[in-house]
Order: sequence, then structure tokens, then C-alpha cells
Amino acid sequence: MGILVNENTRLIVQGITGNEGSFHTKLMLDYGTKIVAGVTPGKGGMNVHGVPVYDTVVEAVKEHPEANSSIIFVPAKFAADAVYESVDAGLKLVVVITEHIPVHDSLEFINYAKSKGVNVIGPNCPGAITPGKAKVGIMPAHVFTPGPVGIASRSGTLTYEVSYALSRAGIGQSTVIGIGGDPVIGLTFTEVMEYYEKDPQTKALIIVGEIGGDAEERAAKMVEEKRFTKPVVAFIAGRTAPEGKRMGHAGAIIMLGSGTYKDKVERLESVGIKVAKTPFELPKLVSDAMKSL
Amino acid sequence: MKLFEFEAKEIIKNYGFEVPQSVLIKKGDDIEKKIKEANIEPPLVVKAQVLVAGRGKSGGIKLVKSIDEAVKTAQILFETPIKGIKPSFILIEKAIPHENELYVGIVIDRSLRMPLVLASKYGGVDIEEIARTKPESIIRYPINTVIGLRSYEARIIGKSIGVTGKALNSFEKFLTTLYKAFIEYDAELAESNPLAYLNDKVLPLDLRITIDDNSLFRHENYAKTEEERLGENTEYEIKAHELDLAFVELDGDIGVLGNGAGLTMTTMDLIYEYGGKPANFLDMGGGADAEHVKTCVKFLLDYPKAKKIFINMFGGITRADEVAKGVVMALNESKVKKPIVIRLTGTNEEQGREILKKAGIEAFNDPIEAVKVVVSK
Repeated sequence: MGILVNENTRLIVQGITGNEGSFHTKLMLDYGTKIVAGVTPGKGGMNVHGVPVYDTVVEAVKEHPEANSSIIFVPAKFAADAVYESVDAGLKLVVVITEHIPVHDSLEFINYAKSKGVNVIGPNCPGAITPGKAKVGIMPAHVFTPGPVGIASRSGTLTYEVSYALSRAGIGQSTVIGIGGDPVIGLTFTEVMEYYEKDPQTKALIIVGEIGGDAEERAAKMVEEKRFTKPVVAFIAGRTAPEGKRMGHAGAIIMLGSGTYKDKVERLESVGIKVAKTPFELPKLVSDAMKSL
Repeated sequence: MKLFEFEAKEIIKNYGFEVPQSVLIKKGDDIEKKIKEANIEPPLVVKAQVLVAGRGKSGGIKLVKSIDEAVKTAQILFETPIKGIKPSFILIEKAIPHENELYVGIVIDRSLRMPLVLASKYGGVDIEEIARTKPESIIRYPINTVIGLRSYEARIIGKSIGVTGKALNSFEKFLTTLYKAFIEYDAELAESNPLAYLNDKVLPLDLRITIDDNSLFRHENYAKTEEERLGENTEYEIKAHELDLAFVELDGDIGVLGNGAGLTMTTMDLIYEYGGKPANFLDMGGGADAEHVKTCVKFLLDYPKAKKIFINMFGGITRADEVAKGVVMALNESKVKKPIVIRLTGTNEEQGREILKKAGIEAFNDPIEAVKVVVSK
């Protein structure tokens, strides 16, 4: 099982002929992800690692009607257009890897996608992986193993760190999603939690948050209201980050006094979610949480 | 990117909304001549154009009664650093007598994914301060971007903070104009504080617009002037900016370099957890090559607050061998010697360790062990 990406994923890679697009197409294929087509305007007719390239998403979908998802490696300036293109072509999941997309663009394409019933993951994210089934993203495959723990994370590298620590402790993952480091993103913690709640493979969830915004607080509310009933543990990056400075990610900023580490931890703990002091405590916390089931 | 007050006011004025009559003075201008040419009658307000917060409290805004006094005050302000920055521009405005000050701002609500209008009848102090002391006075009104901010919504917001009569029409025009600027300039923040509430109109006494850095390719005229605006940044943050590095200065003594924002922040947190203090945040980003790693390491070697250096990398897209190569290149090229501790894991870690070993550096696999060592050095 797992959520959002799995053995039924039929993927289109937008920006497939670029450096990153082509490199990660190879790695995703190696992992067993079913990539049916690639799109780069003006490069139709080419082939990238055996994947046929089309000029438009509509053409790709016409030739490969089984396509249901898209991953975007298009430069920031053109990324919004790429999202609209896949939404209008009828794809149901769009994963936006691209970093530095203007926030007003994200705002508009995310709302548009939502109105059409399309899920957007990202922007500025590593994508999603259901270990052993499919990888739709840029994460290093070897750190993941199949198992019962879902991970939703605002950070890329930290997600790998946490998954690696779990795998080494013999705890596998159901689906790992990097939801993205931008201020405005598609699926947030609460939205992926709705999927994890329904997924029989997922027995527990790890939330990897960071300072800025109120996504973690909203996740806590969902647990409080019993809309998410599986065990949850968390880690929040940025305990020592100063206020008003952007810490690498556009969304990792404490603004107007809100989004602080302290507020997030207090809110999570108030609903019984244990917060790890370091990511390396997570394997023990999550396995304890599962034992108490 | 923060715009100067005078630039933000220019935008609003060009959209057809009245702002206080003013003249912009550049360093070296004949101030008296410029004021007289602009034909502004005292009393005047002399305002240093700096981007740091708390300009008023830091003495950057002065009320004067005569042109003579304005000239002297402007000369003094040009030489007075405000939080370390001397202004390059001074705005001299006609003083507007008023009794009521409002707050109006537009930001992006991350959870609603909509622009959000914030308004309060208690302007003149920071919104943070209002949120602390009179949270119930803040009106929050989300805007649907498909239809934009409609005039009737602006009137509802105006009424809810006590604006009535003729001034309500003026408020409606002001807020729709501010929203237009918010959208067209890709703003993260568009704010007037204070917005003077006069008998028959509102008038923005101060105005701030912050453009989303990611959208600067659409606002090239401002992008060109980036270095003039590094107001709140420290010397090393400005240097880092020139090198295109994601760097934030902190107060400790351990230079930190990580790959990925979350991991780098976590590295800072780990150092604190084990009794040390980070001197900075520096994220090499995803997929860094040896050349970029070299730039980062050399930067930390030259950065005086960092007495020792801790590199924490988890290879995904970034390859450990590239990082190792970059580290060795930096150490060979730099004359500065500092203790350096490296944790290296992930893609191509064996090759990476080998490269470091040849240069006499033993890389760690366990981050906690590595942190303990760097803290104790």
C-alpha cells in the first residue's frame, strides 16, 4: 500500500532532457518506478534512458493514457506553467521539485490544482517514495526500507537522515514524503495525514518539521480532534535559529513572533506527541509508540 | 527584497493614490534648493531611508519647523548610522497633523494559501506589539485571488476598524491600491503603519513593500540595486550574499556547514545540545560540486567568529567525494588553519573518506560522536 505513489504510479517527467531531469529519470527507473513519458518543449521525438519525449503533456497523455502522475524539474521561471499543463492534461498528482518559485505563482497554481481535485507535492521538495514500490523524487534510494512508519517532512536531507536512522534500527517506512520547504506548499502535514490515516500499511507517523508557519500546530490540532488516530512522534529543526532570519528554506523564518520552536513543541506535546531532541532519538520514540498499540 | 519607503510611496502614487507631498534628497544634493523647488511648506518630517526595523525609535525620523532646521537635520542624519547603516537617501515630507493612526498590512497566509489583510485601529506601533497588547483589535480578512480584493471587502474592513463617512471611500481606494501593489510587485508584505485617519480621507505616513526574492526576475529594476539594500545584514552576511551562499551569522565559535536547510539547522541544534555554540548557519544546498564546497569552506576559514569548523553532510544528490575534494582544495589553497571535524555519510562515502584520509582527516560516520569531538576541541 503506502500513499500517493506506489506500483500503480505511471509517471511523466516534465523537464526530462535537462541535467537533473535526465539524471533522476535514470535513478527512478533503476528503482523500478514506471515512467511512461517525458516532456520538454521543442525536444519531442527524443529518447531519454529509453523514455519517449514529447513536446507537450497533452501529447504524452494521448500516447500514454495510463499516465496519472507528473514530476517537475522545470526551472522556476517556467514551473508554474508546467503545473497548469499537467493539471489541465488530467494528471492527478504533480510533484514539484523546483526550488525558488515565486510564492505568488505557487499560491495560484496550488489553488487551481486543488479546484480540479489534483494533489500537488512541493514545491522545493525531494518528492515521495514508497520503499520497494516506487520513487517519485530525488532522494537517495538506499536509505529506505519497506515497513510500517510514515514520514512527512519539510526538509529534504533531514528526511534521508531520519529514514536512514530508522532503517538501521530495523524499522521500515510505508511512504516518505518531503512536503517542501517553501512558505506555500501543496499537500501540508494535515493533508498527508488524512492519507496516512486511511493507509493500512502505516502504523505510526513521524513529523519532521521546522521553524516558521503553523503547519505543525495544525497537525497537533488534527490529533487533538481525533481526525488522526495513529501514534505520532516529531522532530522540529531550528531550536537555536534566530528570529527574523531565513534559514536556507524560504519558509523557515520566524515572522511576527510566530512559528517559534518553543510554540511548536509545546503545542505538539500538549496533545501527547513526543518531540525528539535530536533526529537520532526518533527510532526509539516511534518504536515505543508502536509498542503501546 | 525590502523597498525603501520612498520607492513604496512612488508605487502607490503612480497608481493614483495620494501620499504626503515630499522631496527625495540624495547624499551631496543641495538640500535647501531641493526643498524650495519642491515647494513644500514647513512643518516638515525628515526621514532617513533605511531598511532596518525600528527606524523611528532609533532616531531616524525628525519633525522640524523650518527649512533651515530641515537642512541641518538632514545633514546630521546622513552621518548618523542607524543600527550600523548610514542612509544614502533622505525623504523630506510635509508633516500631516492627525489624531488617529491605523494599521493596514497585507501578507500571505501560509495555511490558507491566500493573501491576508491585517488591519487595526491602533496603528503607529509594530503589528507584533499590537498582537501582544490588543490582539482582539486585529482584523484578519483573507482574499480570494481569483476575484481579488473587491471594493466592498475594503469597505467592510474599513468599517470594522472604525473608519466612517467620506474617509471610508478613501480607505477603500487605498486598500484596493495597496492590494494591487501587493499582487503586481509579488510582495510578501505590503503595509502602511501608520495610516493617518483624517476627517475626510486616509493618508499613508509610512509605507513598506517587501518583494519576494524568488520573483526578482520579474522586477529587474529593483534586482539591479540589491547591494544597496542589505540593510539588516552583517559584513559577513553581505560577503556571503555576493558569493551566493545561504549564510546567517550567529554568536558562537563553531563554524557550521551542512547540506540542506533542515540538516544544517539540526546541526546547529545538535551543537547546542552537546554544549557548544554555532558561529553561523551555512547551507551548501543540494547537489553541491567540489568548487562550491571549496568556496563554502574557504569562507568559514576566513570568517573570524568560527574558531573551529564542523561539516555535516548526508549525501543524497550531493556526493561525498565531491564534498571531500572541495574540503581538501580549500585547505590547500588557504593559509588559515583551524581545527576541522567532518561527518560524511551517503552517496559515494567510501571514496569521500579515502580522499580525506589522504589529506590526513579522519571523517566520522556518526554525527553525535562528531559533534562531541568538535565541541571538546
